[in-house]
Amino acid sequence: MSLKEQPALTASDISCWFHLPQSWLDRTVLGKPSRMVKAVDGISFQIPRGTTFSIVGESGCGKSTVARMVVGLQAPTRGTFDFAAGRGRKGRLRTQMIFQDPFASLNPRWRVGDIIAEPIRELGLCDGAKETERRMHGLLDTVGLGSRDAGRYPHEFSGGQRQRISIARALAAEPEFLVCDEPTSALDVSVQAQILNLLADLQSDLGLTYLFISHNLSAVRHVSDRVAVMYLGRIVEEAPVEEIFDHPRHPYTKFLLSSVPNLLHPDRDRVPVAVDLPSPINPPPGCTYNPRCPLASDLCKMTAPDSSYLGATTIRCHRAAEARLS
Amino acid sequence: MTIAPVHISPHAPAHSAGAVLDIRKLVVEFPTRRGILTAIRGIDLTIGRGEILGVVGESGAGKSLTGTAVIGLLESSGRVAEGEIHVCGRRIDNLPRREMQKLRGRTIGAIFQDPLTSLNPLLTVGDQLTETMRVHLPLSRAQAADRAIKLLQEVGIPSPELRITQYPHQFSGGMRQRVVIALALCAEPELVIADEPTTALDVSIQAQITALLKRVCRDRGTAMMLITHDMGVIAETADRVAVMYAGRIVEIGPVASIIRAPRHPYTKGLIGSIPSLTDRRERLVQIDGAMPRLNAMPSGCAFHPRCRYANEQCRNDRPPLLPAGTSEAACWHLDREEVSHVA
Repeated sequence: MSLKEQPALTASDISCWFHLPQSWLDRTVLGKPSRMVKAVDGISFQIPRGTTFSIVGESGCGKSTVARMVVGLQAPTRGTFDFAAGRGRKGRLRTQMIFQDPFASLNPRWRVGDIIAEPIRELGLCDGAKETERRMHGLLDTVGLGSRDAGRYPHEFSGGQRQRISIARALAAEPEFLVCDEPTSALDVSVQAQILNLLADLQSDLGLTYLFISHNLSAVRHVSDRVAVMYLGRIVEEAPVEEIFDHPRHPYTKFLLSSVPNLLHPDRDRVPVAVDLPSPINPPPGCTYNPRCPLASDLCKMTAPDSSYLGATTIRCHRAAEARLS
Repeated sequence: MTIAPVHISPHAPAHSAGAVLDIRKLVVEFPTRRGILTAIRGIDLTIGRGEILGVVGESGAGKSLTGTAVIGLLESSGRVAEGEIHVCGRRIDNLPRREMQKLRGRTIGAIFQDPLTSLNPLLTVGDQLTETMRVHLPLSRAQAADRAIKLLQEVGIPSPELRITQYPHQFSGGMRQRVVIALALCAEPELVIADEPTTALDVSIQAQITALLKRVCRDRGTAMMLITHDMGVIAETADRVAVMYAGRIVEIGPVASIIRAPRHPYTKGLIGSIPSLTDRRERLVQIDGAMPRLNAMPSGCAFHPRCRYANEQCRNDRPPLLPAGTSEAACWHLDREEVSHVA
């Protein structure tokens, strides 16, 4: 396989388990065993260079934990991430992250110019202060802010502008791989459109690879090439974006898609299914989706399904064949 | 399932002339050392019995503030400077604090975005419900507890007998929001102000909550102001929608016509910027720039610096709400062909 064809990131059998200690009394007097939360439980995926891979799911499904593991903020319990060769540390792809909350992810006591220039100085990407400053102004221009903004503080900006600053800071390190963890969740739709358009422009100009984490299905449809649907720490369905949205196979994917209000054809007499997300501390046996699944059989309640392949789709469901027909 | 009313409230028949909420030329100001900031610059709206009015707009448009002004919970630095708010024919914006307190919960219920901070973590859900009911309604402790169970059942909480003895932290986000809805409804208000009730929730739970809100309004005839930035929620829930921009209503009318054929350039931009689930566009429509700051409001139409149709008239004169088909929109260019049809 040539270097060009090698995927930007290969994640193999990644797990991230968190230990939940019992209190001292429960442990010593009642002898309760300690518990584990399997936030991420054996997921694998590949992201080809220059493409966008998205992970969607409800809160608590483990999608942000995956993002944190990819950038190294969290060590996986098991499994490996293989990055393609690049300019980053240890000769891997250089990776940066854009966080969800633009209010919490910028240092309020630094000027915007310093926030953006820090990675340039830290990584020694430019020679001398003059060059660094020119690069910093260039980055502000790239994300649609003015040179004057360099001297201002984060609190002087709106949410969308702050997210632009986050993006400029991420770009300052000249990344090849960008992890976007809910980059537009805190923003208004009109501002979300500006940010999504900006991310698309940057991808085509700089050839970036994105890992896009979101619970917003319509944003995911807009930006992605491939989509993985996560449920309780596992990827239940993974496919090219058109397959996921036009031919969803897994009952959970179908359920998620049907929950999104459709603007032009609103379902005003919707009868929603009322089941809450089970606790990841004590997941149901068998397929973890079985308590919510309309197709659940006895097999689903006993054993967890393995991955199977239907065309371009990878799916974890015992009833995949039937689900496809229904 | 509905619960029988405790005592006969002067319910007007449906579709009567008297609106439940009637806001007339409301202006809300915040006097500061550097001058007066006008956050709501004169809005008029009415909500009838059993009707859901959606209020949309970007952050800072004044949509939440409108709701807060109706509930009478403006921050102490703010004040209703002009205009009137009537609820069920009674003027409420000039009521003394005590009078307003009696109204809150009894006539006007409120549902806020974050269900965890709207509930008292130290009281059981049952205590919070019964306390609220007994403040407003002549009920004994046992009667109130009985009604609390029925209410929880009505909002779709399984095994309510057990649940009323539990604390808010023992509920999931969606279940907590149901409790908040039950709490808002427990004294049978005429009007409910729901401020971003589904924003903190996942889409699957959002669908359940919006269905519940719709059912409650239909069954009980409660009027609802549904404040949200999510057009999808509006499309599925509201009867009419008011689009707010920079403290004013720029377009108001029936939901279907505003979503399918928006007339105001801002509404068009807002709807165009929503990525579609069914078809993929190369680029989203984007409205460049940001909403003006309160201390730097442009002259004329507040939207003109971002509007591609802006001309001399827009810069000088503020457009009033003008009839446009079935809705009303505040724009000088309503007769322009390219504005009046969806791009």
